[in-house]
Amino acid sequence: MTVNMWKAADVARKVIDNKELFILDVRNADAFEDWKIEGHQFDYLNIPYFELLDGVEEILPRIPTDKDVLVVCAKEGSSVMVAEMLSDAGLTVGYLEGGMKSWSMYLEPIKVGDLADGGELYQFVRLGKGCLSYMVVSGDEAAIIDAVRFTEVFTKFAEEKNITIKHVFDTHLHADHISGGRAIAAATGATYYLPPKDAEEVVYDYTPLEDGLTVKVGTSQINVGAVYSPGHTIGSTSFVVDGKYLLTGDILFIDSIGRPDLAGLAEDWVADLRESLYVRYRALAEDLIVCPAHFMIIDELNEDGTVAKRLGDLFAENHGLNVEDEKVFRSMVTDNLPPQPHAYQEIRHVNMGKIMPTDEEQTEMEIGPNRCAVR
Amino acid sequence: MSSTVFLDAKALACPMPIVRARKAMKDLQTGDILEVHTTDKGSVADFTAWSAASNHVMKDQQQEADVFKFWIQKG
Repeated sequence: MTVNMWKAADVARKVIDNKELFILDVRNADAFEDWKIEGHQFDYLNIPYFELLDGVEEILPRIPTDKDVLVVCAKEGSSVMVAEMLSDAGLTVGYLEGGMKSWSMYLEPIKVGDLADGGELYQFVRLGKGCLSYMVVSGDEAAIIDAVRFTEVFTKFAEEKNITIKHVFDTHLHADHISGGRAIAAATGATYYLPPKDAEEVVYDYTPLEDGLTVKVGTSQINVGAVYSPGHTIGSTSFVVDGKYLLTGDILFIDSIGRPDLAGLAEDWVADLRESLYVRYRALAEDLIVCPAHFMIIDELNEDGTVAKRLGDLFAENHGLNVEDEKVFRSMVTDNLPPQPHAYQEIRHVNMGKIMPTDEEQTEMEIGPNRCAVR
Repeated sequence: MSSTVFLDAKALACPMPIVRARKAMKDLQTGDILEVHTTDKGSVADFTAWSAASNHVMKDQQQEADVFKFWIQKG
């Protein structure tokens, strides 16, 4: 039977459209446990490819024939081999072009909602790593927040819409992924902003992103206003867009909150994190729609694939916003934290401009989930 | 470490290093040592897991520049 080549975009459709998929993941067991392709209705079988070199007969009964089957490995080679073996055995299966590497890199732009006078807010969902970037579009201008390193996705999107990217922000110095902010600014002539408290070690020029800074985007002058909200890092800054959306960076997620330890200062930053979540955010309108910089689990996705929820609902439902006792809160965000993101120290140094790894090295650094939250 | 057989798997992409190593191992006796050189980063995790799953013993492994070296004893 046939072997079909799937692109990461095809898998993304299955996730977003809530479809069924059977994934035969032929990577090592620990790699699979650590990080896999998540879908609402996905089933999995993990058998390392080297256990299938003698043949696939033993696993045939475990592979369904009534739904799509996709073989996945780290880069592609082993999945092609196993897919061909399954095909020889009479099954119709697919393999993922570029493997988990391409899955980690794929970005899906989805419209979150409308802004005043025809403006739009887009969320760029990086399903494989759980990163979320944003583009505020108004008239013929755009602002970008927390861009990942695949800068062409953003610049092409802007070209197709005939808009000019004027402002590029990072809410904080990222530790889990490499920012595309500076590169986009350099390519388009936009202004690049970073919170100065996160920028003490950076080796490039930037415009300080200070509390209260407001930029206006496009003819309809959509407000993008900065709200200082430290805790994940000491510089972490949120944005209120058009009085409707609250871009929280890595401070508040849908089902979790930011961890304070990735720059090595958990104890120092707990009080800041608490104040941001329990005082500063409390002072904001509950009808703001929270748009975070990450999701951790697939259940955080809305039906249309976006990751966004009303602030008032998060106050009611998010466990991290409902820990009354400060001591319990301190313990929750400093003790027994989950493992840190892969290569997070190196990634911080890339984002400071101190090292400039090749594309391949950057891909390698970003392997795995983002791990920026405490639940 | 002395080896019985040497396999050059440099520049080969997954799954070929393991496929070749497995084939070379078939011609060896229990206790013999297969030395493999690779350049694929993924081969480090793969050779470790494959050795364990196949009852072979990873006697030693080293990295020199971009080359990964493994000494695997047939189990």
